[in-house]
Amino acid sequence: MAKDKDEGLIPEIRAPKTVERPGDRIFSGSARGAGVFILVMLAGVSAFLILEGYPALVADPAEIGLLDGDTFAQWVIPLVFGTLWAALIALIIAFPLAIGIALFISHYAPRRIAAPLGYIVDLLAAVPSVVYGLWGGTVLAPALQPSYAWLAENLSFIPFFAGPASGTGRTILTAAVVLAVMVLPIITAVSREVFLQTPVLYVEASLALGSTRWEMVRDVVLPVGRGGIISAAMLGLGRALGETLAVAMVLSATGVITVNLISSVNPSTIAANVALSFPEAYGLNVNALIASGLILFAITLVVNSIARWIIERRAEFSGAN
Amino acid sequence: MSMRIEIKDLNVYYGKFLAVEGVSMEIAPRSVTAFIGPSGCGKSTLIRTLNRMHEVIPGAYVDGEVLVDGNNLYASGVDPVSVRRQIGMVFQRPNPFPTMSIRDNVLAGVKLNNRRISKSDADELVEKSLRGANLWEEVKDRLDKPGSGISGGQQQRLCIARTIAVEPEVILMDEPCSALDPISTLAIEDLIEELKSEYTIVIVTHNMQQASRVSDMTAFFNIAGTGMPGKLIEYDTTEKMFSNPSVKATEDYVSGKFG
Amino acid sequence: MTSHSMTSPARNVFSAGRLQGYVPGLLLLTSLVLSWLLFTIFRPADEEFQINLILVGLVAIIFFGILLYAVSRKVEGQRRATDRLATLLVTIAFLAALTPLISLVIVVLTNGLVRFDGDFFTLSMRNVVGEGGGAAHAMIGTLLMTLAASAVSVPVGLLTAIYIVEYGSGKRLTRYITFFVDVMTGIPSIVAGLFAYSFFEIILGPGTRVGISGAAALTVLMIPIVVRSSEEMLRIVPNELREASFALGVPKWLTILKVVLPTSIAGITTGIMLAIARVMGETAPLLIAAGFSNDFNFNLFQDRMQSLPNFVYYSYVAQGSNPDAALNRAWAGALALILIVMILNLGARLITRFFAPKTGR
Repeated sequence: MAKDKDEGLIPEIRAPKTVERPGDRIFSGSARGAGVFILVMLAGVSAFLILEGYPALVADPAEIGLLDGDTFAQWVIPLVFGTLWAALIALIIAFPLAIGIALFISHYAPRRIAAPLGYIVDLLAAVPSVVYGLWGGTVLAPALQPSYAWLAENLSFIPFFAGPASGTGRTILTAAVVLAVMVLPIITAVSREVFLQTPVLYVEASLALGSTRWEMVRDVVLPVGRGGIISAAMLGLGRALGETLAVAMVLSATGVITVNLISSVNPSTIAANVALSFPEAYGLNVNALIASGLILFAITLVVNSIARWIIERRAEFSGAN
Repeated sequence: MSMRIEIKDLNVYYGKFLAVEGVSMEIAPRSVTAFIGPSGCGKSTLIRTLNRMHEVIPGAYVDGEVLVDGNNLYASGVDPVSVRRQIGMVFQRPNPFPTMSIRDNVLAGVKLNNRRISKSDADELVEKSLRGANLWEEVKDRLDKPGSGISGGQQQRLCIARTIAVEPEVILMDEPCSALDPISTLAIEDLIEELKSEYTIVIVTHNMQQASRVSDMTAFFNIAGTGMPGKLIEYDTTEKMFSNPSVKATEDYVSGKFG
Repeated sequence: MTSHSMTSPARNVFSAGRLQGYVPGLLLLTSLVLSWLLFTIFRPADEEFQINLILVGLVAIIFFGILLYAVSRKVEGQRRATDRLATLLVTIAFLAALTPLISLVIVVLTNGLVRFDGDFFTLSMRNVVGEGGGAAHAMIGTLLMTLAASAVSVPVGLLTAIYIVEYGSGKRLTRYITFFVDVMTGIPSIVAGLFAYSFFEIILGPGTRVGISGAAALTVLMIPIVVRSSEEMLRIVPNELREASFALGVPKWLTILKVVLPTSIAGITTGIMLAIARVMGETAPLLIAAGFSNDFNFNLFQDRMQSLPNFVYYSYVAQGSNPDAALNRAWAGALALILIVMILNLGARLITRFFAPKTGR
């Protein structure tokens, strides 16, 4: 019996069970079943990956030909580094550009062309990654190569540009640029939505005080949209981390840890490594590759969780409520 | 075709919160009863319990009885869907189905339930319902146009046509005119006057002049304070309620002293 | 006003201190000239040095930025100068985004058309070394695997979205489902491929690469997209429509089938088409799960199956004895792939534009 704060005891009345029609039961049952199916599938994904990846973690490293004498950790750490490093550079290139483009479409472009412009940027998102890889390897790499040569000649005192410059231009920097182009549309699309949703209230308040357009953007649009922008960036980061083809087709990798951006000695990413090694792999090598995929999965999970956490935190403070 | 409604000791709960307390009243067949009262007094909540629409909100339930011609709507084993086929409802904002033509909107109650109906019967029903809603002359040449392509007042009359096409006993109206312009409002008030010869009508309105124009009986609800349940304060003929009410609160509300 | 000074005459207190309209244009021209001069005068002694027009343009933009800011600051004040600079930067960002797109379009078109012939669409790569051959087997493979994936993803995804929006609000199961769908949207495509591979390895033995495995990988990627977009479209349907249907005595499942779904079907179709377009371009998971083949294969349950993106990938990565021929095939495949994806995208948007009913909000 529950107590009501004013009066005495109030009997717990349960809502009476209503009659359920068979049609409703079948339909809602199937709908629920579909939802459960998804949960089962996800559990399955994790389970199978762990099942197949685990043998590589416990086996004697000497038995895994792929490791070439290293332990599993020694083999996978440069890959993790390469994955994070490429994604980071891609994000550094893409993020400011994406914000600029989103601002351009939401606040600077003439109204009539703003929507088509948005579509065009979305078109970039629709291009399959294999086409980017093809473009990166055959067009971008040769185009950037002279710049690498120049950098190696003149700025080699900076560790990033230590050289010697790659002859083909297929370096991790090129791969990062391709990743940046791929990730750009996602960050732009999300940021654009965020900027368009800036409450008109505050925009007008700012303009009424005599702000220039830039000042209004700086003082209202960007701060209000900060949470959204960050989550857009994390989404882009997640995509960059998992991208396989672009890197596999553009990079000529040797699998070492280095911050040299322009030489022909480059770290590889987990995903690209799996793509390149898997077709010919057998036995425990397969397990090792799957184990590395599991690590990649874990990394992207963490990144996506952080993004979601940021969105939820900011949702309370967002002026757009 | 219309029936007497008896409400016996009805309490309406949203979860643990008591929204309306201890309502008892009798509504005569073929009459128009208005529920009036300030915002938040529970009149909309109450009218929704008369066709079990409140159950659409999870956690809402009632304690007490609602008898329509002696049959308790809340007896165990009663299917809310059947209840709603006998007791229709018109809402505050006109809501014709946008994917259907005017004709299909009128027939929606029949078609959505997969009931078979011959074309000639269907045509007859459409004309009858549209005439009943005073809309036939205006739309008879565009029955195949989408239901959302007509004016607000016409859309609301379309919703009324849709409701009477199901041939209910009772028609509930939850502030049907508050989203409409004065001319459409007048048209609907005239319509209510005509409909009452065939149906029992209960109408919620926050517009007291409308209540005094349109209804035979008026029920005044009030709430003691925020967080307190709404209660039925006085229920009497409209004439008495507006000229010489028995309860002071009623008189205050009706003369505009609050609400 | 025919004044030639840089500032307009103070006829109006609001128009004082502004740059005339032609000034930025003039400054841009000046920057281009300066930049070109710079490269001509200061060229290295190397005889073969070509003036890189792109570089000239880039340097010109830098000059322009500096000049514009300086001039504007002198005449209009610091706040307006910053504003102009910001506008310039934002516009440059946009043009920078256009550059790879334009480059891509030009390159794919020019290179892809070389082999965009009848052979390409009807032949496979069986017994082809060097010249000739086509991607027909790959297109069939893509079609089959995508269809199979859709056959599972669309019903499961749509039903789940219906559950989340119509039946499950507030329930705990819904929260789990929503959370895990979120997680699934972040699965890297190659991991989905590894999963499908592992799954079928346990069932059919190690080293199994088969079409249905590829379809399974695509399903894992497709379901979350379908769920998310369908969920959004269902939520947009105004509650009033559902209430109107209930008030007519229509049971819930019929309401969903005959009112909610028809109202949102345009948006849902768009979402599904976009999901298909996304998934058609996936290479990595199919590489792992479905393998590589030169032959036609119409059986999802037996043998490896080629897909169009994979065809492009392998043509590039294993160029064989005639690299030019291989590359030409790769580009033709890329062009075909882009065309299909673009048509799906455009089709999806047109459907929304023309078929979404006005819900009168």
